[in-house]
Amino acid sequence: MEFAFTEEQQMIGETARAFFAENATSDRTRKAMAADGIDRPLWKAFCEELGLSGIGIPESTGGAGLGLVELAIIAEAAGAQVAALPMLGSLALSAQAVASGGSAEQKAAYLPSLLSGEIIAGYVHDAALSAEGNSLTGAAGFVAHGGSAQLFVVTSNSGAWLVAADAPGVTVTVLTTMDQTRPYARVTLAGAQGEPLADPAVAIAAAHRAGFVSVAAEALGGAQACLDRTVAYARERVQFGRAIGSFQAYKHRLADMMIEIEQARSAVYWAACAVDEGSDEAELAVHAAKCFAADTYFMCAGNMIQLHGGIGFTWEHEAHLFFKRARAIQTMLGDGAWHREQIAVEILGEAA
Amino acid sequence: MKLGFSAEDELFRQECADWLNAEMAGAFKDIKGITKLTASPERRKEWEQRLGEAKWGCIGWPEVWGGRNATLAQQVIFAEEYARAGVPGRVNHIGIELAGPTILAFGSEAQKQRFLPDIAAGKTIFCQGFSEPGAGSDLASVRTKGRLESGEWVVNGQKIWTSLAHISDWIFVVTRTEEGSKGPKGLTFLMMEIDQPGIDIRGITQINGDAEFNETFFTDARCPADSMIGAVGEGWKIAMGLLAFERGVSTLGQQMGFRNELDEVIAAAKANGAARDPLIRQRLAKAEIGLRLMRYGALRMLSATDHSKIDGAALTYKIQWATWRRSLGELAMDVLGQGGEVTEGNEYEWDTLPNLFLYSRADTIYGGTNQIQRNLIAERGLGMPREPRGDV
Repeated sequence: MEFAFTEEQQMIGETARAFFAENATSDRTRKAMAADGIDRPLWKAFCEELGLSGIGIPESTGGAGLGLVELAIIAEAAGAQVAALPMLGSLALSAQAVASGGSAEQKAAYLPSLLSGEIIAGYVHDAALSAEGNSLTGAAGFVAHGGSAQLFVVTSNSGAWLVAADAPGVTVTVLTTMDQTRPYARVTLAGAQGEPLADPAVAIAAAHRAGFVSVAAEALGGAQACLDRTVAYARERVQFGRAIGSFQAYKHRLADMMIEIEQARSAVYWAACAVDEGSDEAELAVHAAKCFAADTYFMCAGNMIQLHGGIGFTWEHEAHLFFKRARAIQTMLGDGAWHREQIAVEILGEAA
Repeated sequence: MKLGFSAEDELFRQECADWLNAEMAGAFKDIKGITKLTASPERRKEWEQRLGEAKWGCIGWPEVWGGRNATLAQQVIFAEEYARAGVPGRVNHIGIELAGPTILAFGSEAQKQRFLPDIAAGKTIFCQGFSEPGAGSDLASVRTKGRLESGEWVVNGQKIWTSLAHISDWIFVVTRTEEGSKGPKGLTFLMMEIDQPGIDIRGITQINGDAEFNETFFTDARCPADSMIGAVGEGWKIAMGLLAFERGVSTLGQQMGFRNELDEVIAAAKANGAARDPLIRQRLAKAEIGLRLMRYGALRMLSATDHSKIDGAALTYKIQWATWRRSLGELAMDVLGQGGEVTEGNEYEWDTLPNLFLYSRADTIYGGTNQIQRNLIAERGLGMPREPRGDV
């Protein structure tokens, strides 16, 4: 039984956690929140100095190799600090789509600048997209970091294209977004010219699997951070002459958080491992991880506010960053009910 | 990080499955698929002996005591295949999982020779005498008294929830041997033969109509002085050591049983159309997710190599599975509708799913209630201050 991190995986985790804890500070994140939700120096350091951006992308296409387990380890560490980075749209969704479904030329043309962080890509999914040849018409309302993107990976349920953000027919409207660390943009395509990815089905599947696992891992890191920070507060805050963590009503909520987090941890690494191993459980696992970890995060972030009392409701405190990120993760890339319905279809034997 | 077992372990799995399936198709066909713990006790004692004879009774034990010296992975696999083959639960699970390991760890050489081969051979069935009417969650407040009298222990008091005492041969009992002592001090761990005039066993009928648990009364019950494990006053240490032996060996086997229960709920929902209800579909999916996460939680726990660290997966496992199963029971009844509230015939006996609904109310109580689990998680896992003790 080896369902545990290897030494290399532990090292990657330590490196990533140290990097985000030191650099993705509250001050820096808040500066990014006041701008476009990206901490540029952090992004540059992440991509160039640490070279973590290439993890989960094959070495043959310029990546660092390894798989979704390692990608999840990094996303978990980033999520623990609510880091303001375009990792999800640019790397987990777009770079994965190109690396898996792009032609050799497309990989060579796009991946180096995506992995170096020079180009930020946004992921636009519109099930009702209409394509006349490669002329695309459609819209997506909630493109993460879409306002900062120079490139879009545009997918329907069957096709996948690359579209330049400044191409004719592309309109990008930045939306004031509850989670300011990952603002949305509305992207409208009116006959915009796309470059089709060589294998759209493979591209879409890879993007979705990596996207589900990545946000689930982020949620896991965030949920654990909510618990850790609340535990620290429970020790130091005194009321009625005792640490509030000694009250059973308080303790039991902390315990409930840990119970969910432990399951979320199993979910995330099961899913990542199942995809990496090509297991026939992979599809079920990525749906389970996405909805379970997202719900866990929201529960923990809500508890974090409640268990901090008034201070947890202030703008100054970090709790709302976790709370808002948690809410966003619950609804993005398919809400919990949708993911559970995919699982219901499978276990009831209704799949076509 | 890997999901599965090694190729070598998978070969062992095949060996287990082949043997178990052959037995369940052969001489023990009649007990295959029994899930009720109290059903067919005599045949199940014979089954214990069959397991012992073929050296499948206690595979994790050293060979000298009738085991196979099996690795942790092999023990887990055997438990999983055991459940998969539809073999009924072990009537001697207390003997093989608790009494035996305790004797192995703390017993004298003579005690090992006296008990271990017979437990492994399925000839000595053990039950456990911990809880008392006044010592439930607060296990250390036992009052059953033991005193030494001319080379014998004499025991007076009452134990409760002694599962399967009525079909057992021996009971281990935590007794208060130091007059006036309180809490974990002054306790001694004794093993007593059940068939004696001083021990009286009365069944407790449960909410599902079955009677798996008992009250056990001790009135000048006796055992020899050397029937004690450890020293006088070490009872708490031994009892706690015993509870720590469960390192998750039975988890995947237990989950195989849960799998069967969930599959039955899914089949019922498909059969009666409940599976078309979007809310039921969501709950079925949640149940499926919960079961899968239990498996990978158990595998994380079993893969852990550093046992000095707090293992979150292990610490949260009990409340996780108990709560999952209780919810499954409720889902099963919502799938069945009012049909689940009636049973055919005149006996108050229930099919698997209504029985699950009733029985699973015990899961969140025995072995540490959900409330006690939350205390443990917060205190041991998260370092929160301990609950203060009252002095009543």
